[in-house]
Amino acid sequence: MQIYVCLKHVPDTAANITLKGQADYEAGAVKFVANPYDEYAVEEAVQLVEKDGSGEVVLVTLGPSEAVTTLRSSLAMGATRGLLVKTDEKFCDSKTTARALHAAILQDGSPDLIFTGKVAVDTEGSQTPYRLARLFDLPVANEVSALAINDGSAVAERELGAGNREVLEMKTPCVIGTTKGLNEPRYPKFPDIMKAKKKEIKELALADLDPALDPRPNLGKLEPVPERSGATMMEGSVEESVAQLIRTLKEGKML
Amino acid sequence: MYDDRKYTEENMPKTGILLEVENTELKDINFGLVTAARDTGANEVLAFTTEELGTEAQNDLARYGVSQLIRLRTDSADITSSPDNCAAACVQAAREYGLEYCLGLATAFGRDIFARMAALLDVELAADVLQIDFKAKTAVKSHFSGKTMATVSLQETPGLLTVRPNAISPVEQPATLESSVFQADIQSQAKVAVKEIKTSDDRKMDLTEAPIIITGGRPIGKPENYAMLQECADVLGGAVGASRAAVDAGYAPHSMQVGQTGKTVSPNLYLACGVSGAVQHFAGMKTSKVIVGINKDKDAPIFEKCDYGIVGDMFEVVPALTKALQQEKQG
Repeated sequence: MQIYVCLKHVPDTAANITLKGQADYEAGAVKFVANPYDEYAVEEAVQLVEKDGSGEVVLVTLGPSEAVTTLRSSLAMGATRGLLVKTDEKFCDSKTTARALHAAILQDGSPDLIFTGKVAVDTEGSQTPYRLARLFDLPVANEVSALAINDGSAVAERELGAGNREVLEMKTPCVIGTTKGLNEPRYPKFPDIMKAKKKEIKELALADLDPALDPRPNLGKLEPVPERSGATMMEGSVEESVAQLIRTLKEGKML
Repeated sequence: MYDDRKYTEENMPKTGILLEVENTELKDINFGLVTAARDTGANEVLAFTTEELGTEAQNDLARYGVSQLIRLRTDSADITSSPDNCAAACVQAAREYGLEYCLGLATAFGRDIFARMAALLDVELAADVLQIDFKAKTAVKSHFSGKTMATVSLQETPGLLTVRPNAISPVEQPATLESSVFQADIQSQAKVAVKEIKTSDDRKMDLTEAPIIITGGRPIGKPENYAMLQECADVLGGAVGASRAAVDAGYAPHSMQVGQTGKTVSPNLYLACGVSGAVQHFAGMKTSKVIVGINKDKDAPIFEKCDYGIVGDMFEVVPALTKALQQEKQG
């Protein structure tokens, strides 16, 4: 089984983002990790290849040279090798991203399955799996929290809200966007981390892959979200503070 | 005499919206979407749905400013159990009606259909936006899990956007509504088929759609204790959420989780009970209009980042709140 996992190199969700200029941030000050939702994708792919007994899991990343560290730590989860399509553009538009991933996979081999995370936590666009599927002319399901692959077909479950779930059926190969609940991503052990250091990571320049690929971020401005300045505290006994809260909320037409 | 008003109306940019309908009922979150699309009267709003809507729903849509209600139909393909076909029918309708913008809600349904439309049309999609400026052709959305706001440009036609439920408050602006049917002529391109909808036993309000949310953190202690929050939510007309710590401890299902790896919500009122105030939790709820923190620890970080606070044990405060709200209701 030949599985490709698209992995994004993103700022750690716990990191503070220091903005600079109109639409940029200080990348040097931030710790980067694999996009948290992509970890479910890596884990699922590794488990499928382990169960199948043959094949490989190839990680594909579009990002800066530093993304090699993110690829290494995900290779330690059991993936076979990595492809890094290099760009210095921090906010690559989603159309270019999908085209770059598509071209890199196509050049490398023939996918039986393609995984991505359901959304990247930096740009929050949620569209790469769909655009990839369109480029490959394959079925796609996103926000998948349960998956069964059997003889050329896939059955995926996605949450609809209010605890309801949708069961989708499609043929393989297909593109699956993963989310929490699908599996428990493993913590790599020391020997796995050592092994990952020797795994192959092939680097490609975006322009070499396809000269027509030109990232055009459509980002005009990036601003910090104004933080609340601190709570107005309700005072007195439990009953008194509750009464005060209800009064305050009513005045503000929140109730 | 030259009719100035009519001239303007005919040239108004057309904005299409895809309605969210559940069991033939129009969801309340649609009205904020109509308001967003209407842009205080600058745009004509065309509402699309695959379902048949009753008179009451039609009147409601008219009251918020929808001037055309269009039922999407097709004889050539199944659009109800195939998201691919539904997206293809929407794309065809967008072309046929000359829509400049197509807006949907950032719900499980809207996110899926609009991403499929974006892929089919090969145009950008502004996902989960909080504000739209049609004049400047920009929209504001979250970047970095709610830590920053990004202004993205809307340069392509049709401009595709999904709007976060409750982010834009509904404002009434009556229009005269006409209903019609659009017969889409599409070849089935169904690659994915919906086989089944697994419904949960208790029909609760979905978190992302709830106007009020009351969330319980890890101190809730056991799953049964969420009943106390549910009782309060029932009086408030809201839904119950959980923090990641509570979900990881097995007290609540992941479908109830608010925050980084859970749901992003934007209710009018968010009550956080026994939630410490981690960055990851705030990422999922900081766009709420009002946040109230209830925590035993007066030094809990949540109090630095919310609007109103009560220092107290949620097992005392919440029942007192429920009781006081019930008394208010009764008289």
